[in-house]
Amino acid sequence: MIIDLKILGVGKKMEDIKVKSKDFKDALMRVDRVEAENIFKSSFKDEDSFKYLEEIVINALDIIGKDWDKGHASLAQVYMSGIICENLMDEYLPKLNIARKNLPKIGICVLQDFHTLGKRIVSSIVKSGGYQLLDFGPGLSPREIVDKVDEENVDIVLISTLMLPSAMKVREVRLLMQERNLKAKIVVGGAPFRLDKNLEEMVGADASGDTASDVLKIIEGLV
Amino acid sequence: MSKKEMNSFDRVMTSIGHKEPDRVPLCLLLSLYGAKELGMTVKEYFSKSKNVVNAQLKMAEKYNNDCIYTFFYAGIEIEAMGGEVIFMEEGPPNAGSPLITSPKDIENMIVPNVKESKELRNVFEATEALKYKVKNKVPIIGVVMSPFSLPVMQMGFEKYLELMYFNKDSFNLLMKKNIEFCTQWANAQLDAGADAICYFDPLASPNMIEKETYMSTGYNIAKETIGKINGPTATHLASGISLPVIDNIIDTNTQVLGFSSSDNLEKIKNASKDRICLIGNLNGIEMVNWDKEEVEKNIKDLIYTTGKGGGLLISDNHGEIPWQVPEDVLFEISEAVQKYGQYPLKENLQDE
Repeated sequence: MIIDLKILGVGKKMEDIKVKSKDFKDALMRVDRVEAENIFKSSFKDEDSFKYLEEIVINALDIIGKDWDKGHASLAQVYMSGIICENLMDEYLPKLNIARKNLPKIGICVLQDFHTLGKRIVSSIVKSGGYQLLDFGPGLSPREIVDKVDEENVDIVLISTLMLPSAMKVREVRLLMQERNLKAKIVVGGAPFRLDKNLEEMVGADASGDTASDVLKIIEGLV
Repeated sequence: MSKKEMNSFDRVMTSIGHKEPDRVPLCLLLSLYGAKELGMTVKEYFSKSKNVVNAQLKMAEKYNNDCIYTFFYAGIEIEAMGGEVIFMEEGPPNAGSPLITSPKDIENMIVPNVKESKELRNVFEATEALKYKVKNKVPIIGVVMSPFSLPVMQMGFEKYLELMYFNKDSFNLLMKKNIEFCTQWANAQLDAGADAICYFDPLASPNMIEKETYMSTGYNIAKETIGKINGPTATHLASGISLPVIDNIIDTNTQVLGFSSSDNLEKIKNASKDRICLIGNLNGIEMVNWDKEEVEKNIKDLIYTTGKGGGLLISDNHGEIPWQVPEDVLFEISEAVQKYGQYPLKENLQDE
């Protein structure tokens, strides 16, 4: 029997990533920064490639996001996990001589509201995925968001909302962008969009995710 | 045979006592909706207690509502502590810049006397006037934010989570001060005429804080605070799921639980039966676009699955009807409750 050693190697690595992701995810769920860092450090020792570390982080965050959607993880765990991962990536990206991906150009903001938790979680995940991110801040009006999109010429704008009135204002963002012929994609998130699946379409958004960890797949899909 | 018609107070209390009243009580939690009713801006509406009194009485009659709700807006507690609130059109006012930005601010924080707060005095005045008007015929529900959930507005969610996980001493000090404030605020509302206090504790939901952390924090805080409130309480998780923590919430000695549209109706009925009365769980966001058919389906599902034997108060699942919900939807909800909520319930309600 001929064994393709290359395939065997890939299979082993995938299995290894799966095991490491699970251990890493368990540490994140316990909000155990020290253990999470130990796993990350040992993974870096095993293989100092960005792709390898990124997969461990993204797999873990993806599982935690799905667990939250099923009611098996809390928002606090999602947030703390994101922060731990963001800090680790900040520390290790320079060691790997990796620059953050600057395409597509992505901006993030909170529409009207000053509750920034959702923005913070999504930012952590986007940054953990190696992307550069422009933070437009909280409490913006639709016009202020469109001004930023125009000024920075972003390809994708991520809009976080907390309450229904602000979620409905996304429609104004869409109309103002059309007026100025801006082609940026609008990705929305927050409780109103989770509670009403039709809302995304009603306000003219291009995409929304059930969990924050969906954002990376959405970005890849929109590019 | 249908039962003799009860007044709203007896209807609600009978259901809370796990018995069947004449019909399932309808407790639409109408707060800023009063501004829409009176054709005012939200800011203007909440600036005078008489506006709230007029709107509450009008809306109770209009929708056959079985409760008076003296909740103004969550940020009012922040105003009483010296913080700012941002008013917006057609939505609830929101807390502005955080009051607490460092552990030192927690040490320096002085718990205000609730009776000296201009903003809270409006709530007491409204409660007193409403009690005078409705006497004991309609229950008056006052509201407090739990000491455990209030810091989301006092310091922002992110900073609060970091405090909860990594700075236990400051967390405990903040909880001590918040318990003192919350108890004082709840008891003053009861003194003014509220019949029960809705204890908003969204962070108690496993959607927000994992159960292990809640059990070592928010659960003990709820038990202590509810023990110091001189009247019945309803714990409300503001859209968060409650089934995984229902036994623990019952242990805090609260009488009513606000449950989520994401909670399984059958399971939560089984878990609550004869132990805690449920209030909920209509999806206030989806409600904006409901047609008559969807209203009827939602009301029938809710009544059929959770109404038998009492222990159900019908309401939205967040604790506030959004401004954007059309009046017609509220009328249709009210009509559907009148139509399908008469006790004894029909066995084949869902097939009607």
